[in-house]
Amino acid sequence: MMRRHLPVLITLAVFIAGYLICLAQFPSFASTRVIGNLLTDNAFLGIVAVGMTFVILSGGIDLSVGSVIAFTGVFLAVSIERYGLNPYLAFVLIMGLAALFGAGMGFLIHTFQIPAFIVTLAGMFLARGMCFVLTTDSIPINAPAYGQITEIALRLPGGGRLTFIALIMLAVFGLGIVLAHFTRFGADVYALGGNRTSAELMGVPVGKTTVRIYMLSSFLAALAGIVFSFYTSAGYSLAATGVELDTIAAVVIGGTLLTGGSGTIIGTLIGVLIQGLIQTYITFEGTLSSWWTKIAIGALLFAFIVLQRGLSAASIRAR
Amino acid sequence: MSGMMQVSSARTLPKGLPQLAALLVVLLVNWLVFRDFFAVRLQDGRLFGSLIDVLNRGAPVAILALGMTLVIATRGIDLSVGAVMAIAGATAATLTAQGYPLPAALAAAAGVGLACGLWNGILVAILEIQPFVATLILMVAGRGFAQLIAEGQIITFVSEGFAAIGGGSFLMLPMPVVIALAMLIVTHFVIRYTALGLFIEATGANVRSSAYAGIGTKVVTIAVYMWCSLCAAIAGLIVTADIRGADANNAGLWLELDAILAVVVGGTSLFGGRFSLGLSVVGALIIQAMNTGILLSGFPPEYNLIVKAIVVLAVLLAQTPVLSGLRFIWRAKA
Repeated sequence: MMRRHLPVLITLAVFIAGYLICLAQFPSFASTRVIGNLLTDNAFLGIVAVGMTFVILSGGIDLSVGSVIAFTGVFLAVSIERYGLNPYLAFVLIMGLAALFGAGMGFLIHTFQIPAFIVTLAGMFLARGMCFVLTTDSIPINAPAYGQITEIALRLPGGGRLTFIALIMLAVFGLGIVLAHFTRFGADVYALGGNRTSAELMGVPVGKTTVRIYMLSSFLAALAGIVFSFYTSAGYSLAATGVELDTIAAVVIGGTLLTGGSGTIIGTLIGVLIQGLIQTYITFEGTLSSWWTKIAIGALLFAFIVLQRGLSAASIRAR
Repeated sequence: MSGMMQVSSARTLPKGLPQLAALLVVLLVNWLVFRDFFAVRLQDGRLFGSLIDVLNRGAPVAILALGMTLVIATRGIDLSVGAVMAIAGATAATLTAQGYPLPAALAAAAGVGLACGLWNGILVAILEIQPFVATLILMVAGRGFAQLIAEGQIITFVSEGFAAIGGGSFLMLPMPVVIALAMLIVTHFVIRYTALGLFIEATGANVRSSAYAGIGTKVVTIAVYMWCSLCAAIAGLIVTADIRGADANNAGLWLELDAILAVVVGGTSLFGGRFSLGLSVVGALIIQAMNTGILLSGFPPEYNLIVKAIVVLAVLLAQTPVLSGLRFIWRAKA
């Protein structure tokens, strides 16, 4: 039991230690404003990371999420601004479209046994290419609905604001936890990642589950894209490049085993917050350049991957 | 699953025919949209023309594909080549801009490349981390390091010798093409005229039985990743020399994907084992010929991505023949 939760506990310890270091250097880290911004700035990353956690738990990977986020933004901007589509209808349309896209990738992965990373790589090209086909410009979204939605916020004591998009992220994490730990689908995902053959023999519907996993990932990527468009009030075809890597990093730092079968949704939330903390620290520090973020995330990724190796080697020896 | 792979490996066509046919088709399509496509002229002692341009622009990806082929043959993958290109370019450009002689700058870039490969190789062979994950670390952090070396700026330099690597010519051919050819020949001889090629294929086919058979699989794996990163460093030097500057953010961006695509189009299985260096280079040329064709036909270059996505899926579906796949499902249901 202890060993199972060790990775998440280590992640939590890293987050708390990191937070305390930040707090010691910049006392304003204790303010609810900083915490509110931490959640708002990383809302889209958190949402897409929930989907990625399911994918990685099942032993797969989804490299297309960044492109899907960008495509969502461009689709919304073009359909709302150029064709006067109702924003809410556009949201429904794009989420449905993304779910179909994910289902298609899941179908290819399962039916033809092509490695997930190469199928989703093709998906990444395809979605990014579709962005460019729609437009190569950055289109601002001025629809009144956007103004209304970004106005919604819970006021926190101390001047902080828990924005609507932060609330969406927290809700997605809540639903993700329920889905992963209290439903048949969640159990199937863990079984698939633990051992595909045994899962199949146990009667897990492998094909259906695989299709649903990638559907969920693309669906959440579209939701993240919608949230991202609230955040930037624009659609741009080069937006969100490299988000797939940040997302994978967040999931791994959150204690999910990259080989699948072991991990938690709550760990991913902490992983996202650790990344946000690094970025906030670098902003506060002022003299450090933003490329240190990449190096720090790479170093953390390395540390956690080695830790995972150590833990799984130890558990094999214990057997 | 092993049954499916057996079916897919049992080819009736001679090896390499589909790739060469595909290249020919792409070239013919290019000729249809641009009638001067095959025109080659000699000017200032160097050949010019669209065909030469395909070779010239395709050279960096072809060089990357050489290293990537070997890595994929060991059942691995190297996602960090784009980042290594940026690191090598930044290293060479910074040293050149500081006034170091060209050989020192080139040696430093190659050394940095080998070090990156050693890092990847140790993670994969000694720590036994999945290759995809192990090289992801350098892919994420590598561009940060390149920025660090270049101090966050685009380093430009004035050095005719360095610039010649990207823009010069040798025996009437553009220098990148000459370098790519030299790398192909060197790699081919090292791999095929020693037992190394066999060791690589054996490692990819089955690590454990290869190790039992006395092959130093760990050394082979590390060597392959080091060669791949060296290739990436050389490709990075070409790209840097071409624009006479090192852009840590954009040098080699997305090229890891092109390199993997070239290898897959070249027919090397992602499940390791048999590989063909020549066909990977043909794969790289197919990709570049498509890029050039899209540019010549007047479509926005952004359509490239969609075409590439469709091609990679088509090739993969052809590798696991749809027919045998369907038969497999049908049999499983029956």
